[in-house]
Amino acid sequence: MAELPKISIYWASSCGGCEISVVNLNEKILDVAANFNLFFCPCLLDTKKTDIEALPDKDILITFFNGSIKNEDNAEMAHLLRKKSQLLIAFGSCSSEGCIPGLSNLHSLDDQMNAIYLDNLTTINPDRIIPRHETIVPEGALTIPAIYDRVRTLSEIVEVDYYIPGCPPEPHQIWNVIDHVIKQRPLPERGSVIGAGRSTVCDECSRKKGNKSIKKFYRTYEIVPEPETCLLEQGLICMGIATRDGCGGLCPKVNMPCTGCYGTPEGVLDQGAKMAAALGSILDIGDVKGLTDDEINKRIDDIINEIPDFAGMFYKYSLCSSILKGKVI
Amino acid sequence: MNNGMNSFEPKIVGFLCNWCSYAGADKAGVAQTPYPSNVNIIKVMCSGRVDPQFVLKAFASGADGVLILACHPGDCHYKEGNYKALQRYKILSRLLKQFDIAEQRLRFDYVSAGEGEKFVEAITSIVDNVKSLGPLSIKGGNNIWEQQH
Repeated sequence: MAELPKISIYWASSCGGCEISVVNLNEKILDVAANFNLFFCPCLLDTKKTDIEALPDKDILITFFNGSIKNEDNAEMAHLLRKKSQLLIAFGSCSSEGCIPGLSNLHSLDDQMNAIYLDNLTTINPDRIIPRHETIVPEGALTIPAIYDRVRTLSEIVEVDYYIPGCPPEPHQIWNVIDHVIKQRPLPERGSVIGAGRSTVCDECSRKKGNKSIKKFYRTYEIVPEPETCLLEQGLICMGIATRDGCGGLCPKVNMPCTGCYGTPEGVLDQGAKMAAALGSILDIGDVKGLTDDEINKRIDDIINEIPDFAGMFYKYSLCSSILKGKVI
Repeated sequence: MNNGMNSFEPKIVGFLCNWCSYAGADKAGVAQTPYPSNVNIIKVMCSGRVDPQFVLKAFASGADGVLILACHPGDCHYKEGNYKALQRYKILSRLLKQFDIAEQRLRFDYVSAGEGEKFVEAITSIVDNVKSLGPLSIKGGNNIWEQQH
């Protein structure tokens, strides 16, 4: 029997949701098993790092790598899997754009360690111990992987062949990619985003879009939105206008404004900046004839003061791949 | 905050609109009014063309400050472009604050075609502010975190 091509699914700094999304292929997982040898997947299988190290280079057809790079272990596995794989695909938002772990780049690591282990109401840590790379014990030195001072995407440390966005990527899109490979159809240009569209979520959203002119923003708990009208027009901050399509517009379908998990649309470098551009175009501050500059500024402030956390909302998934990548100092 | 060197000359990128602020800059030039040379001026047809990505790209590429000069409210050649520019600037400022980029590094002001003096004032103001703030250093590289204490 001819050997099936190997695929692997690896998780770095991530939540496990991408593996769940793969399992949500439901019965299609049997097609995956029929066409590939799922060789390495720490979440689901028992194969070890040493099994990967023992393979010849480029022996794995595709590695789906999810999770961001935060410590030396993540980076080491990324380099190893790059070496042993023909195609290394950044699978999901963490490896493509940083995703939720990436939001920690808004704070220094000193501040993070402080908040987690030291000045924390529910943590009892009288000796003020925080994790260290190396700890000396009577028997010798114990080490854990060293941590980097900020979160990085997969492409910041190795060459990435393709990106499948989403937090997590939707199962039907995962299947689209796998089916494409099974049928041996040609893949697009290396470096492309696959398993997603080339436009924005608005294209897939079934709500009616009219003239956008917002007098007031609302938090999601403050109003019950009308089912047919665009959420952004109703004052809920829907990131769909600055987010790549491909998910099927699932969240707006259930009255939940899009939070941006499919990342930057085609041709956009910085999702947060584009959202700032979009919102800046549609605020309605009324007629400003005769108002002073300060009065105009105040009207704008009154509307945007409703937004509690600009960076957290506009860059929720894409901070690491943005232009400034986080806190600069 | 780096306030050491008197020799620090900030690099500032300025986005000026064709109809008002760029003409105002020309007026200052024609009148031979001296003004600091730190600003690299990029002419756009309308301040509404200034994509926040341009501002971020400028900072990422080494600019210490960014200046956006638009037409006065009501005077935009394209009717509402300057309002959009102002609204985008206000939202962008909030984002920059969370990135720890000092507020004075991004300045928005109105300069009409006849306001050569106001143009000089806007440039001088941002250059002085950024000079006292020091160079903007974007944290680069990928370093192992060393415990500080």
